[in-house]
Amino acid sequence: MTTHLPILQVIIPLLAAPFCIFLRIPRLVGIFAILVSAAAFLVSCGLLQQVITAGTISYKLGGWPAPWGIEYRIDILNVYLLLLVSAMSTIVLVAAQTSIKKELPEDRHVFFYTSFLLCLTGLLGILATADAFNVFVFLEISALSTYTMIALGTDRRALTASYQYLIMGTIGATFIIIGVGLMYMMTGTLNMYDLAERLPEVNTSRTVLSAFGFFIVGVCLKLALFPLHLWLPNAYAFAPSIATAFLAATATKVAVYLLIRLVFSIFGIEFVVTVLPMQEIFMVLGLAGIFAASVSAIYQLNIKRLFAYSSVAQIGYMILGLAIGTKLGLVATLVHMFNHALMKAAVFLAIGGAVYRIHSAQLIHFAGLGRKMPLTMAAIVIGGLSLIGVPLTVGFVSKWYLVLALLENGWWPVAILVLMSSLLAVMYVWRTVEWIYFTPPRINIDDVTEAPLSQLIPIWILVLANIYFGLNTSLTVGLSKMAAESLYGIFGGVL
Amino acid sequence: MALSAEMMLILTMVVPLIAVGGIAAAHKYPNLREAVTITASLILIYLVSSLYGITKAGGVVSVQGAELFSDLALSFRIEPLGMIFSLVAGYLWLVTTIYAIGYMRGHHEKNQTRFYCCFAIAISSAMGIAYADNLFTLFIFYEVLTLSTYPLVTHAGTKEAKNGGRVYLGILLSTSVIFLLLGIISTWYVTGTLDFRAGGIFGEEHRKAAAILLPLFIFGIGKAAIMPFHRWLPSAMVAPTPVSALLHAVAVVKAGVFTVLKVCTYTFGIDLLVSLPTRDFLLYLGCASIILASLVAMRKDNLKARLAYSTVSQLSYITVGALLATGSGALGGAMHIATHAFGKITLFFCAGAIMVASHKTEISQMKGLGKHMPITMTAFFIGSLSIIGLPPCGGTWSKWYLMVGAADTGKWLVMAVLMVSSLLNIAYLLPIPLKAFLSEDGVEKDRSFQLKEAPLPCLIALCFTAFGCLVLFFYPQPLYEIARAFLEASGNYVR
Repeated sequence: MTTHLPILQVIIPLLAAPFCIFLRIPRLVGIFAILVSAAAFLVSCGLLQQVITAGTISYKLGGWPAPWGIEYRIDILNVYLLLLVSAMSTIVLVAAQTSIKKELPEDRHVFFYTSFLLCLTGLLGILATADAFNVFVFLEISALSTYTMIALGTDRRALTASYQYLIMGTIGATFIIIGVGLMYMMTGTLNMYDLAERLPEVNTSRTVLSAFGFFIVGVCLKLALFPLHLWLPNAYAFAPSIATAFLAATATKVAVYLLIRLVFSIFGIEFVVTVLPMQEIFMVLGLAGIFAASVSAIYQLNIKRLFAYSSVAQIGYMILGLAIGTKLGLVATLVHMFNHALMKAAVFLAIGGAVYRIHSAQLIHFAGLGRKMPLTMAAIVIGGLSLIGVPLTVGFVSKWYLVLALLENGWWPVAILVLMSSLLAVMYVWRTVEWIYFTPPRINIDDVTEAPLSQLIPIWILVLANIYFGLNTSLTVGLSKMAAESLYGIFGGVL
Repeated sequence: MALSAEMMLILTMVVPLIAVGGIAAAHKYPNLREAVTITASLILIYLVSSLYGITKAGGVVSVQGAELFSDLALSFRIEPLGMIFSLVAGYLWLVTTIYAIGYMRGHHEKNQTRFYCCFAIAISSAMGIAYADNLFTLFIFYEVLTLSTYPLVTHAGTKEAKNGGRVYLGILLSTSVIFLLLGIISTWYVTGTLDFRAGGIFGEEHRKAAAILLPLFIFGIGKAAIMPFHRWLPSAMVAPTPVSALLHAVAVVKAGVFTVLKVCTYTFGIDLLVSLPTRDFLLYLGCASIILASLVAMRKDNLKARLAYSTVSQLSYITVGALLATGSGALGGAMHIATHAFGKITLFFCAGAIMVASHKTEISQMKGLGKHMPITMTAFFIGSLSIIGLPPCGGTWSKWYLMVGAADTGKWLVMAVLMVSSLLNIAYLLPIPLKAFLSEDGVEKDRSFQLKEAPLPCLIALCFTAFGCLVLFFYPQPLYEIARAFLEASGNYVR
């Protein structure tokens, strides 16, 4: 059984998803979804233990060896993110039980859980597989189910947001498949590790270059790198709060993972930085994204949109870490992927808790809520502090490593810019704080009370995780360092 | 009760935090709530005093906390300078609490529970700053202090308070994040350690880096309010007077200059500091800050605003003392932390007493007030003398050593600045009590003479601190001895 963990990781939620439709009773489906997600989490834990003791796991689907069959390959990097995604989905699903009651009509609950589990399948699949075409398949599974989840939002604008994402997402996926196709044409293989072996022989050809170009642009669309982020704010703002929390915590991280795989495992960092000026491109786009999105966040009136823009900015930090091109830079990116998931899940779940009570995500309707929902609002504030990067929170750890990596590389002007950008985060977080605590209520909130316990507990688990992992970084930094070592170890391409 | 010294050190930070819980729990019973605060402050005084006894006897108290990341640990160690700061903050917390009871009730302030809670958190972080054994620990508590005092500044909840809070947070966070954090991470990168060590951590080979880092630290420690980063201090005056008194004359601003002194002596080391090319510029900037702030203070009619600018000026005395890089300069700076604390807190207590008893905030309205409030005005007179540095008040000694320090370096301009500034102090402080006693303008002649003093707790507090100013003049030996011990601990001697 334990040897089959890599496939179980993906197949459990995949099979469970259609089963939801047959179960029908929303309450049952909800609990079933939690159980499935928890099982996926346990599998991730098992995988982590295996990878740490025995090293990289290679699993051949159906017993077919690699070039013909599909290989699943779990190394430290995969398992680090598998753990993150399955943990986040479990926590979010617990909160979903009550949250979606107010945000979705009863007859759609089952569909919501089904698409949620399918999305989880897709994300876990992208992470587990070592086959480039398989990546595309799972990417589409997760994307299609995400469109559904967004479209389920009660606001009619959710439909246009979903459509917008559908168009952009499809373009991205098409680019990726074109890239995969071109690579296959040149090498005759779809396995990532075979690709890595064979690409160097042909990597001066224009076909490989364009394959790389297509793939990169496609992935960057998926991870909402500025200026390809336009689909994200609306999608996050109008999706049900639970979907927003889940997507913000996991979906973009998985896309960043794909970028890391592409750059480090398939093409190799040497190719990426010598043949193309990727370092410069990523640095400029990362910084531009940080500043442009943070400034936009300051002016948002909808609190979900505000934090959605903040997500775009945070992705800029991750890309910046990659742009540095050193081991420490990669560690900074990986640590921030984990940390940002914690922050955003906490913030969006807390927002979901408030929306559950006041049926609005407009910032002005949050006025005065600090008194009525102290615990929920405190969660938003602590999540916000973490986004700013205040010491004792995970945000500080991320910032520390990013700035250290930048200094190590001699990019001190960028380090100063990064630190300055956190002041923009102060501005958008503090605007929220002032509304919540220092503004008299604009709507009648007399009978508003704290979010229900089933949401409060997941929210506060995440908030405490924000602090815990800010103090004890052995898991995040430890795994990130191991992953970075192995990514650089294979190709030895330390710049 | 046999508490180990290490335990006591931890408790200095934990006791105020426990008090926060007690205060919050007792929010319905004001008397009980205030009793909790007073008990906590009494315990804190006991702890700080015992620690003083132990370290005076030559005991070394240090606590090594858990490692967080990058081999950085939360660690604490008591050294003489921190002892001065913690003694001042600890004792004055009790006095201020007594004062606050009179003031907050007399002024019918709202949200008193939040007020006392944040106050206790601020004191806890002040203790953390005082005992921090490395820059990393110090930075963490430095930021916590900023955040915990923000709700105190915006206490009134008015638009004015909100704007004040924005400036407060904006300047303190931006300086600390952009300059201080960058300085700390760079120091870590250059030297590989953040510990405070006698003689500093920069070797000869790091001279160039140290020269660049010095301005980062001096500007980054925004709480020391060196111009042009002083605006937050006048803005913070929208807070209730006890906050202005303890935090913006003692805990917060002294945390700033304490950090400056500590960084100059333990991170850079006086021997290195004196040879850094950037030092002269900063020294003269400090001098400019002294004079300019005094000039601005003269033009302010609002008493609290005048006191705030006076604080800006007096803080730069300490910064200058540290940057003089002589034994006497550092000695004077260390003593000035205590003497200025007593002087300025007295003045603020008086300002608050005047506001509560006669609702006057402008200096021009205070003529003849001495007839109504003789005790308050006498205390004000004593406090003024201490700030100016005239006998028989404590300020005399610290200013004396600062002068000696300036003379040691042969920088006559600095000496001239210190003297001119003393004259300016006389010009903007002494007229207030003198006019209050001697002028007949404001006395309501037709009515019979009556006393209108502030509530008794306020009077007790302000008499105590005024008395403290006198004691520091006649009995400066203990303070002088700790300051001497500080010099020895940091590897320097007064000639």
